[in-house]
Amino acid sequence: MKTKLVSLLTLTALATSALAAPLTFDFKDPKGVNNAVFKLDAPLEAISGSANGVSGIVTFDPEKPGDTKGKITVDATTLHVPHPMMKDHLHGPMWMDVARNKEITFEAKALKNVKTTGDKTAADASGTLTIKGVAKEVTVPVTLTYLKGKLGQRVPKMEGDLLVIRAHFTIKRADYGINPGAPAEKVSDEIELTLAIAGAAPQK
Amino acid sequence: MKKALQAVASLVAVAAVGTWLATGAHRGWTKTSVQKMTLDEVTGIESPSYEKKFVAGVDFLGAGLLAAGGLAGISLFFRHQKKPD
Repeated sequence: MKTKLVSLLTLTALATSALAAPLTFDFKDPKGVNNAVFKLDAPLEAISGSANGVSGIVTFDPEKPGDTKGKITVDATTLHVPHPMMKDHLHGPMWMDVARNKEITFEAKALKNVKTTGDKTAADASGTLTIKGVAKEVTVPVTLTYLKGKLGQRVPKMEGDLLVIRAHFTIKRADYGINPGAPAEKVSDEIELTLAIAGAAPQK
Repeated sequence: MKKALQAVASLVAVAAVGTWLATGAHRGWTKTSVQKMTLDEVTGIESPSYEKKFVAGVDFLGAGLLAAGGLAGISLFFRHQKKPD
C-alpha cells in the first residue's frame, strides 16, 4: 500500500511538473505564413518588401509568459522587393550582403513590462539583434498570443499549441552598416520592421 | 532611311505608352512580381506572397520615350531622298 502511494505521488509530481514545463515552439512554419516586412519611407522614395524564410525556437510557459526566451532567424536571401534591380542592390554588398551574411537573428534574453490579458501577453523583449553581421542590444515591444490546442486547425492530424509573436519596431540603417552613404532624402535611415510569426508545439 | 527611323521611333513610343497603360499605368518603378496578401484564419497573420507579373513603371515609360526620341533625333541627320526627275 505504501509503495503504491509513493508511486502515485511520484506520478502526480511528474505529471504536474510536465504540465508546468515551458513549451518549445518551432517557428519553421509549414504553411509559410511567417513573415517580416520592412519599410523605408524617405521624402523622395518609399521602399518596402518582405522576407519569409523564418525559423527559430522559442520556449514559452503559459503560466509564466515573462520567462519566454528564444531565437528567431530570418533567412536574408529571402528578402524580396518587387523591382528586380532594387532586389539585386538589396542583396548586394552595399546593402545586406546576403552572400556573406545569410541570417538576420534576434535572440530574446528577457521580457520586461509583461502584461497578460487572456491568451495575449504584451511585453518589451530585450535581446541581441544581428543584421549584416552587426550585433546590437535592443528592446522591442512584442505581443505573444498563446493559442492552446489550435495546431490541429492548421496542420491536420496534429495536436498541440500555437504561439503567435508580433513585433513592430524601428531600427537605424546606419547602425547596421546598411549602405550608410546612401542619401537620406532618397533612402530613409529609419527602417520600420514588422514581424508576424507563428510557432508550433506539437503534443508528444 | 529617314522615314523608316521615324516609323520605328513612333512604334517604340506607342509600344512604351501602350505597355505602360495596359499594365496599369503604374507610377512607381517597374515590377516583375506583384504582392498578394493572404490571411491565415487560425493565427490571424496576414502574409505577403509574390506572383510573377510584369508591371511597367515610369522608368520603362521614360526609357521607351527616350529611345523613341533618340531614334527621331537620329532621323533628322538623314535627308529626304529626292525623287529622280
